[in-house]
Amino acid sequence: MSDPTSIAGVAAPLPLANLDTDQIMPKQFLRGIDKAGLAQGLLYDLRFDGEGRARPDFVLNRPAFAATRMLIAGANFGCGSSREHAVWGLQQYGIAAVIAPSFGEIFYSNAMNNRLLLVMLAPDQVQALIDEAQASAEPLQISIDLQTMTLRSPALQAGFSLAERHRRMFLEGLDMIGASLSYRDQIEAFAARHWEAQPWLRDVARVTTERQR
Amino acid sequence: MTKPKTLYRKLVESHTVATLDAQNVLLFCDLHLMNEYTSPQAFAGLHEQGRGVLVPGQNVAVVSHIIPTHPVKFRVIADPPSALQASNLKLNCDRHAIPLFDTNDALQGIEHVVSPELGMIRPGMVVICGDSHTTTYGALGALGFGIGTSEVEHVLATQTLVYRLAQDMRIQVDGRLPPGTTAKDLILMIISRIGAQGARGYVVEFCGTAISALSVEARFTLCNMAVEAGARGALIAPDATSIDYVLERATDITGAWREQALAAWVELRSDAHAVFDIEHRFDAGEVVPYVTWGTSPDQAVPITGHVPDPAAQAEGVARQSAEQALRYTGLTAGAPLEGLAIQHVFIGSCTNARIEDLRAVAEIVRGRRVAPSVRAMVVPGSGRVKAQAEAEGIADLLLAAGFEWRQPGCSMCLAMNDDVLAPGVRCASTTNRNFEGRQGRGAITHLMSPAMAAAAAITGHLTDVRHLEALT
Repeated sequence: MSDPTSIAGVAAPLPLANLDTDQIMPKQFLRGIDKAGLAQGLLYDLRFDGEGRARPDFVLNRPAFAATRMLIAGANFGCGSSREHAVWGLQQYGIAAVIAPSFGEIFYSNAMNNRLLLVMLAPDQVQALIDEAQASAEPLQISIDLQTMTLRSPALQAGFSLAERHRRMFLEGLDMIGASLSYRDQIEAFAARHWEAQPWLRDVARVTTERQR
Repeated sequence: MTKPKTLYRKLVESHTVATLDAQNVLLFCDLHLMNEYTSPQAFAGLHEQGRGVLVPGQNVAVVSHIIPTHPVKFRVIADPPSALQASNLKLNCDRHAIPLFDTNDALQGIEHVVSPELGMIRPGMVVICGDSHTTTYGALGALGFGIGTSEVEHVLATQTLVYRLAQDMRIQVDGRLPPGTTAKDLILMIISRIGAQGARGYVVEFCGTAISALSVEARFTLCNMAVEAGARGALIAPDATSIDYVLERATDITGAWREQALAAWVELRSDAHAVFDIEHRFDAGEVVPYVTWGTSPDQAVPITGHVPDPAAQAEGVARQSAEQALRYTGLTAGAPLEGLAIQHVFIGSCTNARIEDLRAVAEIVRGRRVAPSVRAMVVPGSGRVKAQAEAEGIADLLLAAGFEWRQPGCSMCLAMNDDVLAPGVRCASTTNRNFEGRQGRGAITHLMSPAMAAAAAITGHLTDVRHLEALT
């Protein structure tokens, strides 16, 4: 990530509501034990037909959209399954930001943890961007500035917000686990108090499993 | 006087190790469940950083999603990448002393069926899993929610999560579910009314006389599917029904612990004047058997209803999505749902593969046969459910009627194993998601209750189970 404070490039419209993570990354691409090879699986059934041939009419397959960096989508983008593969696949494909009126909750956390920018705009603003993208012969160019928290297309300028924590995670790439491990003493003290009050919660997985053996 | 609190706030506060900022806390997690496909990269990340598992005894893993369900005694995962996921899970669990229910373990099954039936889920817990249907555990008064793989790694290393607070929603359901309807019909009705993002950002507490009357297994179904309305969690305050269920299975909670636990669990309810950010009310008496017609769980109507007309929606994304759903499902606006021919029936999943679900199926199937045009599969939720159904004669009854009786797993709910539908096949399914391609590319899913799926298996088409007697 060269300059994390700005993202600019082609934005492809995907005017569908509730575009779920099963569609973003279908099951056959979830069988790995690493994160490799997920660009191929991105939106697979929309991009390819039953014989694996690219569908020429799908927006991402049009030559002008070869360098797509952003998606403009309907509400509740990324709903459904918790599979983080959806986020990894978007990034491996080259998507740096998704613009939508709302996002699935688990997808949202997954995106923040991977520094995939999610820009939430009002439904009418997103519809305006989709209309602008569909009306133009050329692919729509959008720029997003994280210093001023604004998004610009040729016809629209819109401010957006991001929780301060998420903005910092995006800009600085925090080591979340390292940060939480700095609380290790508090975690262990908490656990000791918690288990003293509710001893039936201590080692609950191990105790329950061993009882069955 | 202290400010009245919701059950959700009490659960968060009782698990807060530290407040990080206005929206986020460091939340202690009592139980972390893992599966073979959302955990490998988390373990790899942990190993890359040279980190260990902080509290192994609060973690457990189950091979559930990729496992084949063919009715053979010893299961072999034929697909090499899937076999590697299973063996890799075993390596990771062995390395970190994490208990595992492996492929040929008699207690293996769907993670959300296995953990409560073994008594692992207790009221007042925080339970997380790299699987969105972790909301299921709200049925026992435990805060459960799904997480991604980065968070799986975070929990392994710290037994905590950086948790973004949700808002409070209450859904009150009073009255009585009419004969022929179930918790599945109730939740499909609720989702169809509030929408696929109607509970997005909220933890939902279900209450009311209709909820109190539900069995624990029916409550699992309800809380399981709350995530299909976008909910970040679902809760039902513990009562005698759920506490009996837990104590029967959590046999380590006896003597002084039992008294201590009962005293703690009494507190697990929203205070009398607790304020919810939003409240909905429904009348259980209005519930009828529901089926989905589209490709989102909120696209559901009563079986007596018709496919809605997308043109009735305002222009824009909503209408385009409804039109796309009809293109995919091959249905036309105004067409009745009842009588729609199906080729496949799938009874299974963390939503509806418990013993009560299978009993409901057996009730409908008794004395009848699967239609010749239909392939009907039953995939029990766990080894224990399977054994119980066999002991009760349910398996024999279903086999004699023409059903396949298979080994436990997630199976055709998400079709990650080899239980995949062919393009164009229409399926009556007891699962939770009718997304495009969910059960196989080009396959069409209609969500419904186990009794409704059983009725469809008998007649070969979507059927109002309340009228089955007159039809067969």
